Amino acid sequence: MRRDLPAMVMSSEQIAERLTAVGYVADRELPVALQLMDMLGRPLLLEGEAGVGKTEVAKALASVHGAALIRLQCYEGLDQSTALYEWNYQRQLLAIRARELHGADPDALERDIFSERYLLERPLLAAIRRDDRPVLLIDEIDRADEEFEAFLLELLSDFQVSIPELGTIKASSIPRVVLTSNNTRDLSDALRRRCLFHYIDFPDVERETHIIMARVPRISPQLSSQIAAMVEGVRNEALRKTPGVAETLDWAAALVGLDVKNLHDDPETVHRTLRCLLKTQEDRSRFSAEVSARLLGKVA
Amino acid sequence: MGPLLGGTTHSGDLGIDMIVRLAAFTWTLRDNGFAVGLKESEDAARIMASVLGTQAVTFRTALKALFCSRRSDWLKFDDIFDAFWRNRGRRRVPMLSAYVSPAKLAGMRLLAGDDRTADQRTGLGEQCSREGADEDQRDAGGRVRMEGASRAEMLSEMDFRKIAEPLAVAEAHALAERLARRMRTRLSRRERARSKGRRIDLRRTIHRNISHGGVPIELLLRRRKRKPLRLVVMLDASGSMDLYTSVFVRFIHGVLDHFREAEAFLFHTRLVHVSGVMREKDAARALERLSLLAQGVGGGTRIGESLATFNRWHARSIIHSRSCMIVISDGYDTGPPEVIDGEMRRLARRCKRIVWLNPMIGWDGYAPEARGMRAALPYIDLFAPAHNLKSLAALEPYLARL
Repeated sequence: MRRDLPAMVMSSEQIAERLTAVGYVADRELPVALQLMDMLGRPLLLEGEAGVGKTEVAKALASVHGAALIRLQCYEGLDQSTALYEWNYQRQLLAIRARELHGADPDALERDIFSERYLLERPLLAAIRRDDRPVLLIDEIDRADEEFEAFLLELLSDFQVSIPELGTIKASSIPRVVLTSNNTRDLSDALRRRCLFHYIDFPDVERETHIIMARVPRISPQLSSQIAAMVEGVRNEALRKTPGVAETLDWAAALVGLDVKNLHDDPETVHRTLRCLLKTQEDRSRFSAEVSARLLGKVA
Repeated sequence: MGPLLGGTTHSGDLGIDMIVRLAAFTWTLRDNGFAVGLKESEDAARIMASVLGTQAVTFRTALKALFCSRRSDWLKFDDIFDAFWRNRGRRRVPMLSAYVSPAKLAGMRLLAGDDRTADQRTGLGEQCSREGADEDQRDAGGRVRMEGASRAEMLSEMDFRKIAEPLAVAEAHALAERLARRMRTRLSRRERARSKGRRIDLRRTIHRNISHGGVPIELLLRRRKRKPLRLVVMLDASGSMDLYTSVFVRFIHGVLDHFREAEAFLFHTRLVHVSGVMREKDAARALERLSLLAQGVGGGTRIGESLATFNRWHARSIIHSRSCMIVISDGYDTGPPEVIDGEMRRLARRCKRIVWLNPMIGWDGYAPEARGMRAALPYIDLFAPAHNLKSLAALEPYLARL
């Protein structure tokens, strides 16, 4: 059941504006998807190659709405006790022992040790117990097991959790849920259907220029667009690990730090620093000075 | 394109025409392989009635986010949308599917032609053997079992090339499939017999020991869940493998049917992912669909390129830490051997084990002389013959140890 959807939904233009204001340069389609999240109350599933900034979207969304970001990083073997809640067994045992000495009333003791004081809140429970509509980021859901995915699906449709000893906890506000996947495993159709979908591609030269300017202080527009064009060339080289946006930003910061004003001034430095974009030995050895000179030749 | 709706913003105002049209659009999407449910149609109507529905661009973007659920959907959505909403006259977009006209594929004789008749018969024989699971040998003629069993013995040692009469071919196919099924049951039993866990599961321990007053007498342990072994089979369907392909196709069909986790690929000049097709329960139908998918017979084998395609596009989602890759090929490659070398190295890094089955090992006086084969050898964990059923059966103990 969906409850409490706010009457006022931010329009996609407003969202786009605010995204820019918080330093996230979105493609044209993302703001509409973010608007739909609120309008339809569905989670958003983000896919795309590693390094295109999927996680950044959730962070930006949180600052757009001025909400808290709660993150659940998925991994193989993730289960309810790490994702949802766990009783604090050590404290419970200690409490039992301590009160046995005083001959406490067993009923009262039982009520007490299964109270909230002994409950360890994990990200999912934390997200549905907050009042201020947090953004819940479920990162790399494809790494979790299928069983967990099924459990998550149930949680995302009911937004309530039942803890046998404590009763059912209903969401006080429905969090905005963002899921990301790197496609290491195919997700179930049920989960996919439940979610809105957005595919993030590597940014084109124009958008990447804007990203660099938004994120790297004291960088000139000319150098930004040169860097973006150069990175696009590198991405087309069929490397083992395609450099992501984070690598571009690292490189741009490095060039600013080395006081490079124009890529053509210093091809040697360009080649040496460019290697911080490459993360495997194989790619590095393939990426000779000739290759970077050729790519640099295409940059305006 | 003007506003899709006359600027209305309340869902009650949606005209019946628009609702009908939206419904037609969802059907078009379903035809194109989108998973669209009732809830999605309902939400689409809400989008249409909202401010997003007043402009073509935002309407398309919104529906795209709603209806797509994977990258392949994402890539084709805009075209389908434009074809539907911008040409009023056309109701249906041509199906964008992987199927090719049968005429084009007459060349796939090795999979469809000769063997088809035989396979239809096997389909029948198989039903019989499913009814009486233990009755190993009963063919369409309803022969005595003894004779069947000895026949099976003989067949299992015979080189696939030499099995010619249709009845024997059918039996060999059925045997191959049954073999795959048996491998499955044995492998899974071994999994279950594994040792106890290592860490204490506190939640369950306390729950179990309520009757002891909370004193943990019985300890409950957790063990790591073992991933089931995943088999990935790549079958060479080139001309030089002609005489073997059909048996292996049946073997793969059996493997896919009975292993929880298995994937199959076929390659000749290019790589085709055939798991979906091979999961078809009826073997004859599976073969028919397969022959539709597999084009490009003749023109040489490109093992290296096919491996490259696999590494680039499939490996990440298909290979996990407990995967075993089985390549079935004679290693005759028309591409440069360096490509094979590089791609095999990449594959070996991801994969737990690589098994290469080469039917020619069974021949007298064979040495792996083919250039492609020699390039691949250093990365192979098990290089084994696969010219008869016995050699396939010999694979099982190896897989069980993984």
